[in-house]
Amino acid sequence: MPSVLPLGDPAPPDGLLPAQAAQGAGNRAFGLYVHIPFCAVRCGYCDFNTYTATELGGGASQDAYAGTAASEVAFAARVLAGSGVPARQLSTVFFGGGTPTLLPADDLALILRAAVDEWGIEDGAEVTTEANPDSVTPESLAVLKAAGFTRVSFGMQSAVPHVLKVLDRTHTPSRVPQVVQWAREAGLAVSLDLIYGTPGESLDDWRYSLETALSYQPDHISAYALIVEDGTKLAAQMRRGEVPGIDDDDHADKYELADQLISAAGLGWYEVSNWARTPEQACRHNLAYWRGDDWWGIGPGAHSHVGGVRWWNVKHPTAYAGRLAQGASPAAGRETLDGETRTVERIMLEARLQAGLEVATLSAVGRHQVAGLIADGLVDPAAAFRGRLVLTLKGRLLADAVVRRILPD
Amino acid sequence: MSPMARTAPVPAATDPAIIRNFCIIAHIDHGKSTLADRMLQSTGVVQARDMKAQYLDRMDIERERGITIKSQAVRMPWEVDGVSYALNMIDTPGHVDFTYEVSRSLAACEGAVLLVDAAQGIEAQTLANLYLAMENDLTIIPVLNKIDLPAAQPEKYAAELANLIGGDPEDVLLVSGKTGVGVEALLDKIVTDLPAPVGDANAPARAMIFDSVYDTYRGVVTYVRVVDGMLHPRERIQMMSTKASHELLEIGVSSPEPTPSKGLGVGEVGYLITGVKDVRQSKVGDTVTNLAKPASESLSGYADPKPMVFSGLYPLDGTDYPVLRDALDKLKLNDAALVYEPETSAALGFGFRVGFLGLLHLEIVRERLEREFNLDLISTAPNVVYEVTLEDKSVLTVTNPSEFPAGKIREVREPMVSATILAPNEFVGAIMELCQGRRGQMKGMDYLSEDRVELRYWIPLAEIVFDFFDILKSKTRGYASLDWKADGEQVADLVKVDILLQGEQVDAFSAITHKDKAYAYGVMMTGKLRELIPRQQFEVPIQAAIGSRIIARESIRAIRKDVLAKCYGGDISRKRKLLEKQKEGKKRMKMVGRVEVPQEAFIAALTTDESKDKAKK
Repeated sequence: MPSVLPLGDPAPPDGLLPAQAAQGAGNRAFGLYVHIPFCAVRCGYCDFNTYTATELGGGASQDAYAGTAASEVAFAARVLAGSGVPARQLSTVFFGGGTPTLLPADDLALILRAAVDEWGIEDGAEVTTEANPDSVTPESLAVLKAAGFTRVSFGMQSAVPHVLKVLDRTHTPSRVPQVVQWAREAGLAVSLDLIYGTPGESLDDWRYSLETALSYQPDHISAYALIVEDGTKLAAQMRRGEVPGIDDDDHADKYELADQLISAAGLGWYEVSNWARTPEQACRHNLAYWRGDDWWGIGPGAHSHVGGVRWWNVKHPTAYAGRLAQGASPAAGRETLDGETRTVERIMLEARLQAGLEVATLSAVGRHQVAGLIADGLVDPAAAFRGRLVLTLKGRLLADAVVRRILPD
Repeated sequence: MSPMARTAPVPAATDPAIIRNFCIIAHIDHGKSTLADRMLQSTGVVQARDMKAQYLDRMDIERERGITIKSQAVRMPWEVDGVSYALNMIDTPGHVDFTYEVSRSLAACEGAVLLVDAAQGIEAQTLANLYLAMENDLTIIPVLNKIDLPAAQPEKYAAELANLIGGDPEDVLLVSGKTGVGVEALLDKIVTDLPAPVGDANAPARAMIFDSVYDTYRGVVTYVRVVDGMLHPRERIQMMSTKASHELLEIGVSSPEPTPSKGLGVGEVGYLITGVKDVRQSKVGDTVTNLAKPASESLSGYADPKPMVFSGLYPLDGTDYPVLRDALDKLKLNDAALVYEPETSAALGFGFRVGFLGLLHLEIVRERLEREFNLDLISTAPNVVYEVTLEDKSVLTVTNPSEFPAGKIREVREPMVSATILAPNEFVGAIMELCQGRRGQMKGMDYLSEDRVELRYWIPLAEIVFDFFDILKSKTRGYASLDWKADGEQVADLVKVDILLQGEQVDAFSAITHKDKAYAYGVMMTGKLRELIPRQQFEVPIQAAIGSRIIARESIRAIRKDVLAKCYGGDISRKRKLLEKQKEGKKRMKMVGRVEVPQEAFIAALTTDESKDKAKK
């Protein structure tokens, strides 16, 4: 999650939610996101809310973190119940970071167990953790599997050493096939994360990374264009001219190559930056974000959404731990979305999906645009005839522009 | 040295023999206002303790207070050899755009003080006004000002002035408006050297209007110089060009505050108030007479102001159109030369095609609209008036490139000007190169002094209205000065270049240019637009065309990526806010066909690089 928090309204100390949060909750899935704010080193491109081991101490230290996170789980259960949101079993759980696997597997298991004890978990629920190829072992993966994890997403990023160097990634590329194999042996589904458009990466470099990743036969691939966020080391290097700037045409070329190679390997796109071997292997936790389901975000800087109420926790782990120790909500701010804003978000998010969005739910102005979008090759005509707005390859690359065209004025 | 007058001559009862009417011809910054202030002080019409710096130059302050009676003509008493004289100092607009107004002010005088900065020497605009003064047979008193400055070179510039107007360098007066040195000697010289006005006191009244100003409270205040007869309060007067008649509610002199009098007689200068609300009813150059006993012939020299330069003015925010219309209507009350009519541009929306006397006039009007009426405006590239003769011999007057006919043209005539450029001689080469590049024909070159040269060109007005002066300044490190006046027309090989965005003509960018320059304009404008217009979801060809013939082409490649790669739980709020902001930004786009063009692109494309630099400073 980006480190800059949005501007919003103040959140009350008791964390209780407005009435609208509970409305229709029975029809929405409930998930849990757990943010682990630690990394061995901070990567040059990363603006996520994460800290190296030496940066934190006291209640926010790595050792104490599992206990702190578990205390937010208990707090969350109280708030949801107190706000009249009916109790639901967990559909999905996702541990992200930072580097979740920098914590002992037992700590991750502890947090998961606390959540399951609180809410229960659906049969066949998806439980994912992100992982750095450097920070897993066959043993740790086995512990995760035993605790109920079903899926691991490795931050491979690239198979090319000079690209990994610009990204400040420390893992050696040859370790990736090994950890993929260990994860499979442990019985976990495997996803690989890739980044394209890193300064200095050629189209052939990218092709090599894609082919390498596909040769490990992952169940799922995420491929993201590099985003240079303000305040990162990479942004500073770019400003000083030490590394070349971002070229959107280069990104477009690489996206098209990714889609071509990944599709040829038998994986299908289901979201702008995500491909899965079968529809069942799509990341259901992320799909919940795009479908407007409910989730609680545990951890400093984590975002939550319940029934059109969005909030986000204080960023710094020490402040976060302090709030929870006092029994107060760790939320820094929140927004309560009105119907119109929820519509904007729904269109913005559903347009990214292969499932698309229902044309009939657009405003008259938006529906009027569809023919033009087909003419411009941005929207799939066959899907549109069936009443769904689904982006073409060209349209996926221009998804934001498409959304601006179909939003109500 | 003369003392201050003990008794001042009374208006309406002053012998023309003791009247002296003069103006000060000076370049801006050469110290006219300071000298005028010093004269007011020396003659005692303004007490030293009331003295505000630049007393006569207070239009801004007065405007803020809502009273706008400019002291266009100040009556000052001055005594020489025991006789009290009435000196009328008549203000003249300093700029060439207002040549006609200047000529009327000069026509109200018998003499002119030629005021030149002793550190800078004469400038082209001063030279032009001096020429007008000599054409009006005015007696010239040459004066070097700012002799207190360390950089002053009185000997050099006295020789330059003597060389120009004839006479001895010794006769050039040396003054300092700042310290007051030489000011009393100048007042004495005005009395002794300038002729008294001559007129027939018994003839029907004839007075020439040399300025008229709109005042919020009093209506139009008209400044006149009486030539024959006498004007009295409460009588009915008539404007001889329009035959309109008005009651003279008030008549008086400025001294420098408006002071009502029993009338104005031969040779006197003062103001009239009739209660009319529009300066067009009181035209500069017109003759005022008595309705009951009218003069048979009006004074010579009246002409309707003729706009030379046209530009489209559009509000940045389309909803400001009514504000712009009202603002122009208000400015018109005070600016008889301002003409405009509604115009619609496909690209810029609703606006006005406005005619101006020249570029400075355009700048002044635009600035007043923006400052006084809080408007943000886009102005299209200024153009001149073309006479187009069609094959069927009918003649079209074109003030807007969009009116330029397509085909079937027999000939096109364009207005020409005589331009005078003064500069140090080291820049002669650069200036000649510039003028030749602008289709100028050299008419002569003279050395004003050892190192200062006057170059004279006959040059199309269209070539100097856009960026000529800026380039002239930059090629001469700011030393050159320019003056021009309308001087006939010529047949020229002129074409209209259109700019097309994805096949759609953008009227705001059309230009009439010489055939030889059409290609350069096309390349320049298409190149500029390629930089300024953001990439769209489709390729956008930008073409420059003469009729159906394409002369330049650029294209804006289609944008291929406009999507945020990652949009997870923590990104949603931020992403939505960005989207709403982008959506808001989209509303400020102008649509040309399907192409979204930001307002800024229009402004930037219509702005020269030089004027952009100016704005930055």
